[in-house]
Amino acid sequence: MKETIRFEINGRPVSLDVDSDRMLLWVLRTEMELTGTKYGCGEGICGACTVLVDGEAVRSCQYPMKDVRAKKVTTIEGLAADGKLHPLQEAFVRHNVMQCGFCTSGMIITAYSLLRKNPQPAREGIIQAMDDNLCRCGGYMRIIQAIETAAQEMKKGARR
Amino acid sequence: MKRREFMRLAGGGVFVFFTVGEPWDWLEAQQRPGGRDYPTDFNAYLRIAEDGKITGFAGKAELGQGTQTALAQIAAEELDVALDRVDMVMGDTALCPWDMGTFGSRSIKYFGPALRQAAAEARAVLIELASEHLKLPVLQLTTKDGFVHEKANPQNRVSYGALAKGKMIERHLEPKPPVKPVAEYAIVGKPADRKDAVLKATGKAQYAGDIRLPGMLYARILRPPAHGAKLKTIDLSGAEKTEGARVIQDGEIIAVLHSSFDLAEGALSKIKAEWDLPEATVDDETIYDHLVKVAPAGDVVEEKGNLEEGRKLAASVFEQSYFAPYVAHAPVEPHTAAVKIEGDSATVWASTQRPFGLQEEVAQALGLPMEKVRVITPFVGGGFGGKNRNRQTVEAARLAKLAGAPVQVAWSRSEEFFYDTFQPAAVVKIVSGLDAANKLVLWDYVIFFGGERTSQPFYDIPHYRILSRGSWGRGGAGAHPFEVGAWRAPGSNTNTFARESHLDVMAAKAGLDPLEFRLVNLKDERMKKVLAAAAERFGWKPAKAPSGRGFGVACVNYLNTYVATMAEVGIEKSGAVRVKRVVCAQDMGRVINPDGARAQMEGCITMGLGYCLSEEIHFRGGAIQERNFDSYEIPRFSWLPKIETVLVDNPGLEPQGGGEPPIVNMGAVVANAVFDATGARLCRLPITAARLKSALPPR
Repeated sequence: MKETIRFEINGRPVSLDVDSDRMLLWVLRTEMELTGTKYGCGEGICGACTVLVDGEAVRSCQYPMKDVRAKKVTTIEGLAADGKLHPLQEAFVRHNVMQCGFCTSGMIITAYSLLRKNPQPAREGIIQAMDDNLCRCGGYMRIIQAIETAAQEMKKGARR
Repeated sequence: MKRREFMRLAGGGVFVFFTVGEPWDWLEAQQRPGGRDYPTDFNAYLRIAEDGKITGFAGKAELGQGTQTALAQIAAEELDVALDRVDMVMGDTALCPWDMGTFGSRSIKYFGPALRQAAAEARAVLIELASEHLKLPVLQLTTKDGFVHEKANPQNRVSYGALAKGKMIERHLEPKPPVKPVAEYAIVGKPADRKDAVLKATGKAQYAGDIRLPGMLYARILRPPAHGAKLKTIDLSGAEKTEGARVIQDGEIIAVLHSSFDLAEGALSKIKAEWDLPEATVDDETIYDHLVKVAPAGDVVEEKGNLEEGRKLAASVFEQSYFAPYVAHAPVEPHTAAVKIEGDSATVWASTQRPFGLQEEVAQALGLPMEKVRVITPFVGGGFGGKNRNRQTVEAARLAKLAGAPVQVAWSRSEEFFYDTFQPAAVVKIVSGLDAANKLVLWDYVIFFGGERTSQPFYDIPHYRILSRGSWGRGGAGAHPFEVGAWRAPGSNTNTFARESHLDVMAAKAGLDPLEFRLVNLKDERMKKVLAAAAERFGWKPAKAPSGRGFGVACVNYLNTYVATMAEVGIEKSGAVRVKRVVCAQDMGRVINPDGARAQMEGCITMGLGYCLSEEIHFRGGAIQERNFDSYEIPRFSWLPKIETVLVDNPGLEPQGGGEPPIVNMGAVVANAVFDATGARLCRLPITAARLKSALPPR
């Protein structure tokens, strides 16, 4: 049944009339045309659909709209601010992390959530936090390096 | 398409069309099909726009391998412009030269030289135009940073953009201008940042599933539970009652269309269908006997000497079979396509490795002439050979025609596994012999359904025969219970697993260090060099296996890229193999983008761990068990070994391929390291904990 659901998307308020059982992923991708968040497996296994809800990384393919009510949702499109890339995005670019790029949004969002809780993670901590995000191109080594670089940059006082 | 139309589509400026002449490898390698009239007279072209921007057009797809960047480097180098002044338009059948497809590590190797020549010609054309503009003879002019200037007076110059202003011209030069000497290179050979990096880091990169068209419907299609299943009864009423859903039935296609993807899915789940399942005659355990039984007589791939002679010379004979299962491509982006039909023409956005082949398929499905179908290839979220086939696009085209609206078909993960064209299960049987001096004298090699690539021995063997019985691409009726196809480095993973494992079987019996044993049997200097480079970085100390250290080595000549890999493994109590360290040395000729090449090596090594350790499709007949990443395990962060890559310098050799070669050694290098650690020889992939445990000698 359709309900009016109000929440915040990438810093701006939004009100949508949608079935509250629908998963956030599809509302983002179809109704809101925020296509940076990807479908990879549909069962919360691969992590390509990861977004932030109130700062927590969640699998949007498993996250119903009713749980989004009154919350703050951040997608990959909302990470850069004032035309500047987030330090994680900068580091992913600088390390030439991306191959096909299809897992990238989920990787960056998951890493963002990690650094929020643990700004200076050890390598083991990064691996543990990222382990449920899959990259078929095999880019894990550079992703770890990029997260380490971003953590250092953020310590030095780069934004967020 | 007519050239004028192309130039109008692409925008104004100076166009350089370049034809690669007959003696080039390129034409032959491309196997240009007969009867195809586009393009007939050129196969590379460039545009110089009024703002001085250069656009190169390539029929290849950017699957993640980074050719968009490397090709731009090649063009920028010849044209003397900064890399950021060059963009590549890729995989658009209306704009790009015909191309067979993006596979076989061929993009740089075969398209690169054509683009390089075209760019050299473009530079010469710009100098000609500047000669008219500056009223100076051509010989007094040169280029730098996007300007043509007078050699004696660099201030007297004109920009490429100014030369292109207001023009819609096409030039040809005879004789062809020379390409820039490699010694003068400033861009090629230097690490370059990927051109698509920012788009991909910000979520702005568009993939086929991100295409949004006015009125577009998302289609979900009813699928059988198993290959070969026949629909017995169907009740569509649940789906038909769903608000906003349209049910379309056409031949074997039963689809639900809706303006939201998930709502189409919801309606599809309300369809009640019963299926007749064919009796399963083969499964993942019996498949190997089955393949050997049904294999055709086969073809000799290569032979030398006489096997009987070899047998006579052999002091010891080794006989062993090797087994590789069906393996899925499993790109994170499932097959996706959007199709829009307007009047008598169709536009297609597809996740494809083969835009031009797809153009023909869609034209056929829609009954349109080929030139009325335009295939646009957005970024592709991984292919690995799986996106050579494009069933989803033909489905979208048919449904778009029936619905009278643009239609997107995006496969679910379950469909992706079900309709994958798996790496074929295969068997390799090897009978080999060593003489008293531990030199290879006999190599009788038969591969069943694995494919012949890299089955040809590069070891020095006087008597050998390579027989291929049933190839990977055309298994033939009754061989495989579902479709198979090219999987990153097709044939080579299986052949190299068998060959390099077998080398170690012999080395162990001979009591020789595996590296030393290879060197004794090699005359190929390039192979010796990559092995030496890997050994140096790895710190390889000679020892007879099993040494208990868990070290392994394997090497390959993959389509003239040479790779030597060394690995260290540890074995957990459960029997699980933990790959701790991988060193990979590669000679790929001249390297365009060293950082991109290393990224491909790292990716191949990481991805390759999967087919070594976990990836295997289980099935009964046409029913496939693995339908998502929970049961089909691919490598993850916690599997990551320490990876070290070495690019072995070979500037005298033209650029070779880099997208596949390092994955090829992974099966054997891990199997050999496992043997070195445990004394257990695993001849069947993947090496799971259970398989290793049961192969370990009792304690």
